[in-house]
Amino acid sequence: MDIHEYQAKELLAKFGVPVPRGGLAYSPEQATYRANEIGGTRWAVKAQIHSGARGKAGGIKICRDDNELWEAADQLLGKRLATVQTGPQGKLVSRLYIEEATDIDREFYLSFIMDRSSERIVVVASAAGGMDIEEISHNEPDSILRVAVDPAVGMQAFQAREVAFGLGIEPELVQRFERIILGAYRAFRDLDATMVEINPLVITKDRHVLALDAKMSFDENALFRRPQISELRDKSQEDSRETYASDRGLSYVGLEGDIGCVVNGAGLAMATLDMIKLAGGEPANFLDIGGGASPERVQKSFRAVLKDKNVKALLVNVFAGINRCDWVAKGVVEAIRDLDIKLPVVVRLAGTNVEEGRKILDQSGLTVITAETLGEAAEKVVAVVKKNAAAA
Amino acid sequence: MAIFINENTPILIQGFTGRIGTFHAQEMIDYGSNVVGGVTPGKGGATHLGRPVFNTVKGAVEETGAEASIVFVPPPFAADAIMEAADAGIKYCVCITDGIPAQDMIRVKRYMRRYKKDSRMRLTGPNCAGTISPGRAMLGIMPGHIYKQGRIGIIGRSGTLGYEAASQMMALGIGVSTSVGIGGDPINGSSFRDILEAFENDPETDAVLMIGEIGGPQEAEAAQYAKEHMKKPVAAYIAGLSAPKGRRMGHAGAIVSAFGESAAEKVEILRAAGVTICPSPADMGSTVAKMVGTMKKVA
Repeated sequence: MDIHEYQAKELLAKFGVPVPRGGLAYSPEQATYRANEIGGTRWAVKAQIHSGARGKAGGIKICRDDNELWEAADQLLGKRLATVQTGPQGKLVSRLYIEEATDIDREFYLSFIMDRSSERIVVVASAAGGMDIEEISHNEPDSILRVAVDPAVGMQAFQAREVAFGLGIEPELVQRFERIILGAYRAFRDLDATMVEINPLVITKDRHVLALDAKMSFDENALFRRPQISELRDKSQEDSRETYASDRGLSYVGLEGDIGCVVNGAGLAMATLDMIKLAGGEPANFLDIGGGASPERVQKSFRAVLKDKNVKALLVNVFAGINRCDWVAKGVVEAIRDLDIKLPVVVRLAGTNVEEGRKILDQSGLTVITAETLGEAAEKVVAVVKKNAAAA
Repeated sequence: MAIFINENTPILIQGFTGRIGTFHAQEMIDYGSNVVGGVTPGKGGATHLGRPVFNTVKGAVEETGAEASIVFVPPPFAADAIMEAADAGIKYCVCITDGIPAQDMIRVKRYMRRYKKDSRMRLTGPNCAGTISPGRAMLGIMPGHIYKQGRIGIIGRSGTLGYEAASQMMALGIGVSTSVGIGGDPINGSSFRDILEAFENDPETDAVLMIGEIGGPQEAEAAQYAKEHMKKPVAAYIAGLSAPKGRRMGHAGAIVSAFGESAAEKVEILRAAGVTICPSPADMGSTVAKMVGTMKKVA
């Protein structure tokens, strides 16, 4: 789960990471009011969307007076901001963060990640701040420092000092860097984050150390014990199709194609999308109905998939273990009837009680296209979409 | 002898008396697995499904001599259950639970290192369908009847995609020595490489099918191991060809976040290491059939 920059800064500040003075604004009036409240002579108006690379996309504007503040806020609010990370559809800007502008002397990159190779939290730092980590690893790979933290004892002060000295920090500022690095590590550990990124971490001309930008992501599996993090979720930043599905306990990822997919199991769902592609079609979504594919869950899945108006046909692929095929078939028949589905539906069932499942589909009187294998199912659904497109 | 479990392996169920634990324990018993008892803290002394219930894993191991366990404990308590098994001297533990926080798994892995390598418990999962040695023992939640007994090892992250492979193989008359689910989480007990090593050393396994997916470094590590240390042939399918970068595809670990983690990149790495690539998920069985066929001709 991702959160906004201002939320990440609030959290990090509680762990002792210094951030510039700033405040939230939902309107141009609030933006100018906030700036006056903060004081100073220059402010950054920053669009709050769940994406990096906002600066390059025009999402951050430096302003010198009320007029500029008003104009910047007016331009950004309500706009869909497209960055290299959001894709062309962009994300809606509905809040702005107004922050005092800083005179930067030096910029650094600092992040904490869950490293899957070492199975540890790893600190990644570089003196080449401001660029994103891909650029740094491409342009200045030797500048990257990595330190793994032993989970038994947590991060030690000497490790933070090693990072600070490794970055070439002048001795009188090392202690401040040490506190920031340890604080950000504690935020990562105590809040079940999967990523903390401070980029840039800066030394200002007047010798302050500040986190100028911050990003945090959280482990969704740990939200049961982090209600204060769940509260930070902003559904306006998510694909509305995905929000609908996740609110109903379904695992869904929206894609660009026209074949809606209902599958049990994440791996089989990915494989089904692959098979559709290989057969010459384009999947509209990834969807895992999860364990226990009850008729209700099948119906919920159909509703979620049909939220996407690009869907021209449905493919149901269930390999039943615990959930029996007859149960799934019953769900499919009910869903087609209750939702009055006119689109072609291809159903492939395998596993426990497959014969009973097929019988239910055959005797339903509905025009369900059945398939016995994964390959056959993909070919049939792609063929029906192509045939209908040619007829239209 | 297959790997990890056979018909004699004494099995404990952790989270025995819960709804899910009860259902799958019965399925395992019906399959012929040697389930000797279970653990539910607070219900020790009771009898469930005709087997004794214990308060602690240590107590259960002392009384029953259990060597393997399967964890059905809910996510907030699952890491604790795994560590309890490791401490009680369980040799092989399967964790089915989906939804364990990643930092809990980091702690579990670190905790297990306190035991010497030769006495350290082997963990597979979490978030997996379990392990089955067809015709001998089932330590998982899979439908046992879709696996034919034979000489091919299967390693996979996904449950249902593993079922798909097993049934394609069965349709072609190919059997399985052991099928091991390693689970879809970013931090898991055993990697592809770990299980490849076990199959390489198993005299009853002739070849291995590995079913990977996007995200993480484990397929690439497995490729290197296969190239440098394996005599047995390996086939692989990697799911998620069409997965967009940075999007989580169901499994907590199925996300492309670094170079080398996409399906196409993994396929290239595996191919370069001499692993036979299944051209599509519908061709897992036929790819293994061809590989085994060629092997016989060579022999």
